[in-house]
Amino acid sequence: MEATSNSKQSKTPQLNPEGLRSAETVTLWKTAWRRLFRRKSAMFGLGILVFLLLVAIFAPVIAPYDPYQVLIGIEPVRMRQAPCIHLLGCPKDQPQHLMGIDGNVRDQFSRLIFGARLSLMVGLTTVSFAIVVGTIFGSLAGYLGGNVDNVIMRIMDVLLAFPTLLLAIAIVTILGPGLINALIAISIVSIPAYARVARASVLSVREMEFVEASRSLGGSTLYILFGRILPNALTPLIVQGTLGIATAILDAAALSFLGLGAQPPTPEWGTMLGAERNQVFTAPHLVFYPGLAIMITVLAFNLLGDGLRDALDPRLAARGAE
Amino acid sequence: MTTYILRRILSSIPVLIGILFVTFALGRLIPGDPCRAILGEKATEVVCNEFIRRHGLDKPIPVQFSIYVGEIMRGDLGTSLKYGKPVTDLIVERLPTTLELSLAAMTFSVLIGIPLGVISAVKHNSLVDVGTMVLANIGVSMPVFWLGLMLAYVFALLLKGTPLQLPPSGRLSPGLSVPPFYEVWGWQLAAEGMGFKLLQFISRLNTINSVLTWRWDIFSDAVKHLILPAMAVGTIPLAIIARMTRSSMLDVLGQDYVRTARAKGLPRLEVILKHALRNALLPLVTIIGLSLGSFLGGAVLTETIFGLSGVGRVLYDAITSRDYGVVQSFTIVIAVFFVILNLLVDISYIYLDPRVRLE
Repeated sequence: MEATSNSKQSKTPQLNPEGLRSAETVTLWKTAWRRLFRRKSAMFGLGILVFLLLVAIFAPVIAPYDPYQVLIGIEPVRMRQAPCIHLLGCPKDQPQHLMGIDGNVRDQFSRLIFGARLSLMVGLTTVSFAIVVGTIFGSLAGYLGGNVDNVIMRIMDVLLAFPTLLLAIAIVTILGPGLINALIAISIVSIPAYARVARASVLSVREMEFVEASRSLGGSTLYILFGRILPNALTPLIVQGTLGIATAILDAAALSFLGLGAQPPTPEWGTMLGAERNQVFTAPHLVFYPGLAIMITVLAFNLLGDGLRDALDPRLAARGAE
Repeated sequence: MTTYILRRILSSIPVLIGILFVTFALGRLIPGDPCRAILGEKATEVVCNEFIRRHGLDKPIPVQFSIYVGEIMRGDLGTSLKYGKPVTDLIVERLPTTLELSLAAMTFSVLIGIPLGVISAVKHNSLVDVGTMVLANIGVSMPVFWLGLMLAYVFALLLKGTPLQLPPSGRLSPGLSVPPFYEVWGWQLAAEGMGFKLLQFISRLNTINSVLTWRWDIFSDAVKHLILPAMAVGTIPLAIIARMTRSSMLDVLGQDYVRTARAKGLPRLEVILKHALRNALLPLVTIIGLSLGSFLGGAVLTETIFGLSGVGRVLYDAITSRDYGVVQSFTIVIAVFFVILNLLVDISYIYLDPRVRLE
């Protein structure tokens, strides 16, 4: 961070500022990437994510069945039938269903594949929304200070006073159940975390000399804040965002499990699990696989987030390398 | 010190007002007619008019807010549609189950999490350390409700007939019941008043009641029923506690006074437990205090799985039957509880950290 600010200070009119900035960005990210690459757990997380992303993109190609298709009369299968895998000794004359048949006689494997789309979408959209809103509020609070800071941060304190899942439940109960409303609720409850991070980073950068230089050159408040300060305060937000996706996916799954999120027959992991919760003793595969899918996705984001934090914070990385 | 406490208490007042305002605003966001949303579709015109008059819904918003705050201050949290009881009664009746579960979960996570964290820090980068951290990572990534269902499946079905079999639902085995300890002790009590309510509350904590009445068979049965839900609710906090203990211990173990203590020739174990751990535990108090919030969130998701009729079950039923009033009041109660908990954690620092006292 310090190196970045120093080189910015020495900016001379002859140099093209755009070119200069992109050169710096590459160095920061290059070192971060190299550090990240050395961390096995982070690479493992990244690997899972790439895999999940491919699964989500190519879901129609991978899935053997339509996730909504009821198989009654099409194939000789029973409701909640256990998995039938030919490699593991399931008779060849029976149709193969890797993860069994669900309570509505649909192929569970295909539904799980399509569920990856929803989960990734849920994580990315809620966190993007929360980051944008939280960053705007947090950086305004940090940069302007005084009463603006007080008002914004007190509102954030109030939101933080609620356990996140319970506030999300309250919001969705009132807005009405559904995937969109669940997304809105999760976005709202995660705003304060980003606002706090953004404010803290803006505060730490605000007094640096390159900001003063910008100000003395006559840069507008908005330009200084979003063009000069924020790019230097971005790394903690990226880390918080990656870890935030994990929490958002878990919360969304919990809301769906309670019947407040995605509604059946949508192939959403939490919804699938919630619908078959009472069948855990008779058809455990219907509960096991969706939960495992949630866990793996959340784990991937957690591992990557932890790795990014260590990679982007040289202080932490030095200690971890001891 | 007194000023510190007073300042902390004063600073939480705006937050409490904010909480009331947020829940008030949520109540006003209910789409459509608030009377029929809260009292049910079949509420008649007369009933609705009375409802609107009583809650001042025909008055300006600031007046409505003051009426709302007044109701809550008097302890009137409204009536549950589904149960036909005041929400406060429901909470008092159901809280013992949830409290017992939360405390059991907390004991589980602290008793296992802290030693795991300490061992990982002391044996830094060893197999134990790596294994613990891998498990901790998996632990924080698991959905609580899934873990609950899987534990029930493994311990009640797969391990059936082995000594490890555990009951997956309820608080006691069918047929077992405990008379309240005050009845066993032959106390003659008038069934009213705060004192009696308190005794009733304590007697509903099965583990405590069974110890007080010297019924060890019931105590062990109650504990057996608590294990699975407590494991489900406690696993995520356990993972967080283990990770925090480890990083906090690593910090402390690297400090000069620890090296000095070792150089003086003190036994390794004594240095770790007496010198290092006591200082490393400081940030953990905050984490454990804040985890109580996640215990409550976990209770909502797990109580239904394990057939426990606690506060979480009431909230779950309220959610599924759109019992707005209950969801709203629960949100207030839990948020206020959370704020108080934070306050207590901050105040506890006076005793734990002399630096706070000196400031």
